[in-house]
Amino acid sequence: MKEITTQLNGFKTRITAHHRLFDLHLKETFSYRDLIFLFVKRDFVSKYKQTVLGPAWALIQPLLTTVVYTLVFGGLAGLTTADIEGDYIIPGFLFYLSGSICWSYFSGTLLATSGTFLNNSAVMGKVYYPRLVTPISTALAHMISFGIQFAMLVVAWIIYAIIGGTSLAVTPWLLLLPLVVLQMMILSTGFGIIISSITTKYRDLQMLVSFGLQLWQYATPIAYGLTLVSTSETFSKYMFLYQLNPMTPIVTTFRYAMFGFGYFDLTYYLISWAVTIVVFIVGLVLFSRIERTFMDTI
Amino acid sequence: MDNLMIKVDRVSKQYRLGQIGGTTLREELQRKAAKLLKKEDPTKKIGEKDYEFGETFMALEDVSFEVKKGERLAIIGHNGAGKSTLLKLLSRVTAPSTGGIGLNGRIASMLEVGTGFHPELTGRENVYMNGAILGMTKKEIDKKIDDIIEFSEVRQFIDTPVKRYSSGMFVKLAFSVAAHLDAEIMLMDEVLAVGDMAFQTKCLNKMNDLAKNEGKTILYVSHNMNTVRKLCNRAMVLEHGRVVFNGSVEEGIACYLKDDEDASLHFDFDNAKRPYGGIGDKFRALSLDFLDGRTQFKYNEPIVSRFKFKTECPFKAVRLRAEAYYFDGTEIGNYETDSFEVDSAGEHILNISFMPDILPIGQYYLIINIYEVDLMNNHKVLDQPSQRIPFEIYEDDPTGIRWNHEYMGHVRMGKIKVSDTSF
Repeated sequence: MKEITTQLNGFKTRITAHHRLFDLHLKETFSYRDLIFLFVKRDFVSKYKQTVLGPAWALIQPLLTTVVYTLVFGGLAGLTTADIEGDYIIPGFLFYLSGSICWSYFSGTLLATSGTFLNNSAVMGKVYYPRLVTPISTALAHMISFGIQFAMLVVAWIIYAIIGGTSLAVTPWLLLLPLVVLQMMILSTGFGIIISSITTKYRDLQMLVSFGLQLWQYATPIAYGLTLVSTSETFSKYMFLYQLNPMTPIVTTFRYAMFGFGYFDLTYYLISWAVTIVVFIVGLVLFSRIERTFMDTI
Repeated sequence: MDNLMIKVDRVSKQYRLGQIGGTTLREELQRKAAKLLKKEDPTKKIGEKDYEFGETFMALEDVSFEVKKGERLAIIGHNGAGKSTLLKLLSRVTAPSTGGIGLNGRIASMLEVGTGFHPELTGRENVYMNGAILGMTKKEIDKKIDDIIEFSEVRQFIDTPVKRYSSGMFVKLAFSVAAHLDAEIMLMDEVLAVGDMAFQTKCLNKMNDLAKNEGKTILYVSHNMNTVRKLCNRAMVLEHGRVVFNGSVEEGIACYLKDDEDASLHFDFDNAKRPYGGIGDKFRALSLDFLDGRTQFKYNEPIVSRFKFKTECPFKAVRLRAEAYYFDGTEIGNYETDSFEVDSAGEHILNISFMPDILPIGQYYLIINIYEVDLMNNHKVLDQPSQRIPFEIYEDDPTGIRWNHEYMGHVRMGKIKVSDTSF
């Protein structure tokens, strides 16, 4: 169709056929912060409505996962829980718990945000609000569950510290923790909105997501320590590739900050941040491009 | 420029037809196979047009108009004329293919109220939620929550999850939220067709109040010319995605009524459902056609139509009854023929006409019912297709008052004669 130059100077809102690449409506999204808050509340409240245990479910899931991991990967398979070689003791329970809450936040958020357009098309087809509100509130609602789980981790940490016999320590690295959590949030939302944008046209990707996340977990040191890879004769030469998985430095850094020892490599961590930011920006651009007309193709 | 609220500048919206979507792989393959064998598509629905992949359809074409502050613009047109697409573009649900739209002020769309209500949340929580979706901040809703609850008439249940609400309560609450928005521009797509009649009038009055006293700009899409007359002070007629008229309400309505090439004049009973049965193939209603080439009539014009039917044997005394309903399904009464004889098997034509002079302005529909009367005056239904035959009465008896169906019913029973006056 032929182009038309429109004369819409002086109007507060302009709706045009063409979209500028970095027109992300961030300011507008911010003005809908009350809606974000309400969505978070809705997501969280409605999730546990009519359940007997309520938010306790947020604890039960990682707890059972941790128990199974401790038995299967730690007990039966005897996989290492060390991120670096050295002489220290790390309780298996804390190791698996920390890994599984990180992973469940990451995969949960990614999975939920990847359905942003598809699952909300009924509302989005009727009214306009900045579409970014939905994935942001999804990521925040999952953050509440993560918070509850994190509190459980802290309690377990304290219990182990009191019992003694471990190398747990509080170090200045603890300050890195919020940054790691934030990164996890940005990364999962970034991937989520990319997938959400693509699935408006091709549903295949949605099939792949939950399955892909399962596989992805094996490429991340959740159920085993980093030394399993770094000391392996066959795999240690792929260490660089392994570290390019942005979740690897996130998880190891999380444990490093939490336990006061472990593995930290600034280069890989910065690369991981770079990947996170690129994914997120690509996601934002794609998302804001798709949101204009996705109702026509969905 | 100062009081220009909306400017739509050469907007077109193109949709691609025949694209993938809404089908399963199996249907997709069946279709491909049929195409290869040059057979008719087995997945195609009856009456559906055959669109090639990539073919396009212009839902809106080169539409331009402006709306000033405080104007109440009616957008009228037949189904598929592009009204809803236009509202979708204005409410930013989707973007135009070319052209642009400028808005001065916040826009509140009331397209299907109540979307975004969450069943698990209470009425009050949903008010906040819905308000926020429509762009209000928490503070703004705090200020208005009492008005909203008051208007909705569901105060008693406001702290109950809305999944326990009746559909009427649901809609009332949703409309109340939308009606109390602090938006300068309000888009409405026949939302007034909600709730019971009393609530509808209340909504209409509220909209009138908003427009006239608070200076809000209203864009109203409707098929109901009565509400258009009440609410709007300007009308725009869309036809096949183009603006064909933009001006006064009365002229707009006249233009819309004249243009009825899209309105169905022919009603085929062959595929109609027959929930109440009949006697099968022995007597079968085939079709009904409006013969004047329109479906809008004045109160004093006869409605002339042609009824076709098929019989396999003769019938002694047949009668045709046209059951008249108000568009919302209220039964009004029956028009009936005298008994007539069908002396042979085969296809027959019956030209019928009746005067709708007792019907006030409004939209109605007929349902045809054919039955046989025997000597004992027993009735036996021959055929009763449930196909609705809609028509509209657009002009009342000029000496009468404007009809309000809610308070006055659906029948104009006629004048009262005054035989003697002594003052």
